[in-house]
Amino acid sequence: MGQAIAFYTLAAFILGFAVLVVTTKDTVHSVLFLVLDFLFVAALYVLLDAPFLAVIQVLVYAGGIVVLYLFVVMLVNLKRPPEAHHDPHRRTKLGLFLAVAVLLELGAIAVYQTTRPVLSVPGAPMPVTGNTEQVGWLLYTSYLIPFEIASMLLLVAMIGAIVLAKREL
Amino acid sequence: MIDQFVIPLLKIVIVLNATLVAVSYMVLLERKVIAWAQSRLGPMRVGPYGILQPVADAVKLMIKEDITPVRADRWVFTAAPIISMVPALIVYAVIPFGPKVSLFGRQVSLSITDVNVGLLYVVSVASVGVYGIILAGYASNSKYPLLASLRASAQLISYEVAVTLTLVSVVLMAGTLSMVSIVDAQYNGRVWFAFVQPVAFVVFFIGALAETNRAPFDMPEAEQELTGGFHTEYSGMRFALFFLAEYANVIVASSVATTLFLGGWLRPFPNVAMLRFLGFIPSWTWFLIKSFVFLYIFIWVRATLPRYRYDQLMRLGWKVLIPLAIANLVVTGIVKVLLS
Amino acid sequence: MITPTHYMLLSSALFIIGVAGVMMRRNIIVIFMSIELILNAVNINLVAYSSQLQNAVGQVFALFVIAVAAAEAAVGLGIILAFYRNKETVNIDEMNLMKW
Repeated sequence: MGQAIAFYTLAAFILGFAVLVVTTKDTVHSVLFLVLDFLFVAALYVLLDAPFLAVIQVLVYAGGIVVLYLFVVMLVNLKRPPEAHHDPHRRTKLGLFLAVAVLLELGAIAVYQTTRPVLSVPGAPMPVTGNTEQVGWLLYTSYLIPFEIASMLLLVAMIGAIVLAKREL
Repeated sequence: MIDQFVIPLLKIVIVLNATLVAVSYMVLLERKVIAWAQSRLGPMRVGPYGILQPVADAVKLMIKEDITPVRADRWVFTAAPIISMVPALIVYAVIPFGPKVSLFGRQVSLSITDVNVGLLYVVSVASVGVYGIILAGYASNSKYPLLASLRASAQLISYEVAVTLTLVSVVLMAGTLSMVSIVDAQYNGRVWFAFVQPVAFVVFFIGALAETNRAPFDMPEAEQELTGGFHTEYSGMRFALFFLAEYANVIVASSVATTLFLGGWLRPFPNVAMLRFLGFIPSWTWFLIKSFVFLYIFIWVRATLPRYRYDQLMRLGWKVLIPLAIANLVVTGIVKVLLS
Repeated sequence: MITPTHYMLLSSALFIIGVAGVMMRRNIIVIFMSIELILNAVNINLVAYSSQLQNAVGQVFALFVIAVAAAEAAVGLGIILAFYRNKETVNIDEMNLMKW
């Protein structure tokens, strides 16, 4: 019961703020709604027994990535609103229609899924308990190479961002 | 029922009120200490030795006119002080003031909660605190606050890296992210982490000075250059909220430093049997004493050191503190592997 | 009782809001934010199944998604800044040149 209330409240906030993110005209307000949305997603992770991921979500998304967005929005000091130029060939209504169609399709799949039993995929037994320990154990054993590749990706992205943003090297 | 709801609520109420009182008296303490450092008396008028000065300040700030600039972004302008205050307060959810004690026949732990990811929680909440400053600068629609907020956020993000890296070496020593377990690890290891991690301790302290925008790194509110920094356009209670947030952050930094490096609630030399007579002092008193020492050092530094220039600040952060923190982390890892 | 289906519906709704944002807005910064929403929808799904199956692998994948999102944000915003410096716009309808 308590879990259901928590889930529906969080879901309402997540979807509501997500709608505000894509509909708000002022970009800075949009970024703020994005932060709130991420914080509620983090709360949802806590509900799902993933406290480590929840904290990482706040730390990386809310504390890092969105600050970057806010910086760019403030640096890109717009003299005219970006939506002013309207391309007549662009069919916005069609986009909405397609999105709703995909939503119906995904919803149908999700509901169909309930009629089938959930396959249980027990993970390999781990010598550690606790959420952080388990995630760390998996990262440093089974998923060591993807982990290293992710670090390489971040390094490349860092260098790329510097090269792109610097006026002349 | 009582264990689930009443006691946590009571703890939250007590800690929140204690924090707010401590914050207001931190202001008085700062004024007094700086006054003594400059051979003045400081506030003396309100109450004996100015002891009621915080009350007078609060009343003054509350009855002042609350101005919103015409071209300001109203919603964000109102939200910014709240956003900067809230993270400073909710960090206390995981800070342990003492071990489990029995009160009125109940086992009560002297921390609001002890989560598996306590230390990461502190770091992530602190990283959200930067929004208050950025948004205050943006929403004021005025050039000095904007400049100050850009400076502040660049400063906070840079120093966050160094501080987080020092925390990683503490986590390596303790082998856990839970704040209570980190203190227990210092008890079991027979030594405060400040002595085995002196480099991390110093880097953390310097980083904390920068993270809380305190002198000598108080660039974001440098009065002489920026007419007061990101809260130039604020007045009345909203200004007071920024002020309180800064001091609350200082107290948070002191509490975290105490927990991680000075053994939290442990008495000095907790494993020496000869000093067992110190046991009559309750454990939370040690926590408060150690935090107070940190607060005093914060004020002492402010009274002593001149402000850094912005480029010096960035050079110190990126070219000295971060490499030092990484080197410390590497050495800690190697030593830990060799000893195990 | 909250089943994985509920989480799946939530995550597909969030996904669709993100997709609608990508298709309907012309401000490229908002489009990037919509992509972040899509990535979050994926993460919700991964974590919901990880909790349902008592298997932490889903959370590990969510971590990788967050890392990729961070890389994407850094490079993408770098491109936006470089583009803005040249053309003074962030409207994707005006980004119609294959080369400068």
